Amino acid sequence: PPAHSRSDWIGPPDKHSNLRPIIFYVPPEESALERRLREARQEAQASNQRFWARHNRAFCQEKEEFIYSRLKAKGLEMRDESGQKATLNAEEMADFYKDFLSKNLKKHLQYNREWYKHNFRITFLMGQVALVRALRWLRRRKKIVEQ
Amino acid sequence: MSAIRRCRPPRALAGLFVWCLRNTGVRQIPYQFVHLYHVANDRLITFQYFNFLKRMYVTQCNKDLSQRAKLKSDSIVSSFHELQQLDQEEKVVHKISPVSPVHRSWSETSSRNELREMKSAAETEDSVIPVGAKSKEDRQWKEMKLRLDDLPGILARLSKIKLTALVVSTTSAGFAMAPVPFELTCFLLASLGTGLASCAANSINQFFEVPFDSNMNRTKNRPLVRGQISPLLAVCFAASCGVPGIALLTLGVNPLTGALGAFNIFLYTCCYTPLKRMSIANTWVGAVVGAIPPIMGWTAATGSLDAGALLLGGILYSWQFPHFNALSWGLREDYSRGGYCMMSVTHPGLCRRVALRHCLALIGLSTVAPVLDITTWTFPIISLPINLYISYLGFRFYRDADRSSSRKLFFCSLWHLPMLLLVMFTCKKSVLEKEDKSDLLGRSQERALEIRLP
Repeated sequence: PPAHSRSDWIGPPDKHSNLRPIIFYVPPEESALERRLREARQEAQASNQRFWARHNRAFCQEKEEFIYSRLKAKGLEMRDESGQKATLNAEEMADFYKDFLSKNLKKHLQYNREWYKHNFRITFLMGQVALVRALRWLRRRKKIVEQ
Repeated sequence: MSAIRRCRPPRALAGLFVWCLRNTGVRQIPYQFVHLYHVANDRLITFQYFNFLKRMYVTQCNKDLSQRAKLKSDSIVSSFHELQQLDQEEKVVHKISPVSPVHRSWSETSSRNELREMKSAAETEDSVIPVGAKSKEDRQWKEMKLRLDDLPGILARLSKIKLTALVVSTTSAGFAMAPVPFELTCFLLASLGTGLASCAANSINQFFEVPFDSNMNRTKNRPLVRGQISPLLAVCFAASCGVPGIALLTLGVNPLTGALGAFNIFLYTCCYTPLKRMSIANTWVGAVVGAIPPIMGWTAATGSLDAGALLLGGILYSWQFPHFNALSWGLREDYSRGGYCMMSVTHPGLCRRVALRHCLALIGLSTVAPVLDITTWTFPIISLPINLYISYLGFRFYRDADRSSSRKLFFCSLWHLPMLLLVMFTCKKSVLEKEDKSDLLGRSQERALEIRLP
């Protein structure tokens, strides 16, 4: 993002977490409330990034291991004659998906709780900041009108 | 293996054709769909188009269509796919086969790609899940500033406007089936109120699901995921749609409809959305969410919750299962990775059993309709073929449990419901008939009284 910009910038999805990173703009006259909001957003972003990057990596890895073990059981190699990677069909993968989901359910429940907390907190702070800004703007208008 | 889609006449009747506008600046909502299936062997291209505007397509009723809707828009095999751009028209060819996606041809618009959703989640070669958009625009860093001329498009996508339109059409079906003379103002108020309530519910749903949506192919281009709108604005929009919507229903129509609308919003946002990640019971809750709009239409017309309303709700409730279960069969990978508890992943046998069970229930419910005096006896007779057909596909899905049977069932459900509702409407028992009958009775009673009195 350019140096002179006065707003946040959002980027392309991350390779591992598929989340879009945000670069937050820190205004020089940032109030304490605005700082709390920015920090909450940064914290949520970091926490989400950590969770999803790890989760997706684990998914890919376990998927590879599963395919490998199944292929081995069938007596096939990872790559066939043409050099193409051998794959399993959807029905065989279904076992893996079921397994993976049940293994990670608890992790997801915990993450859900955290995410909802972050989300509500950030939105509430945003509301407060917006309210303060609106009041400030109204006060300024009043002053201009009085003058 | 490519799936061969035969162009069925009834489906061909259901319109076709999508114009997907490129996303540049102000985005317009694509309102039709084009779907091309390509058979590898003989290069046969069968076109299947669904026209969503002409309709009573109730493919979704106030439910999270995103779950059902699409599959990766980016799973395309380059060797088989053509991407043409005629002015503002985009056609995409999908090859349905477990071949790794090679490249993404266009950035996904906010359209409901129910058909694309059925595309298999191809096994990927990379160690990275290819969910991210590969188009140049998406790879750039964007300023998070809200532009006013983008706002209508963004809000339309936030409120899942097409899904809302379908919900409203179910409500109008419920209104139309009610055995009272048609009142235009009431009808319009009910439709508007329901539409606003649906917008609110969908916005809150998107607000809750940002990180999960970014990880699923179908939903990764939503406004909150892309940062086009702040969560605060999304909540404010939801409130500004929901409150007037429910108020309109309560004050302009009747309190019962308003209460149902408010209850439905609550059910969708506070029960269905969190439950999706906790237990498979979410499907049943979601089916109720889908069944309520026609009940709302009925109560808007009559002001009371009759057996007829419940029957209509029951038909929609039963319909949700074959529709959704068939759809979710192809999305198992995304659901598993995203942490969504869906029957198709955790209890595949149950998934298919339930779908079949409810197909059969549809036959039963259609038979009950004339008993309750909603339709004439021609309705179960005329609807029997389509109900039997969907039950047959449900049975095939139950027995075969593979992608082709699930897709067949899903596509059948898309035209089955509008047809069923249409047939129901044409077989509706006329209000005049009933009045005549009661008149006759009254007159004969009067005559009897006259004879008795000297």
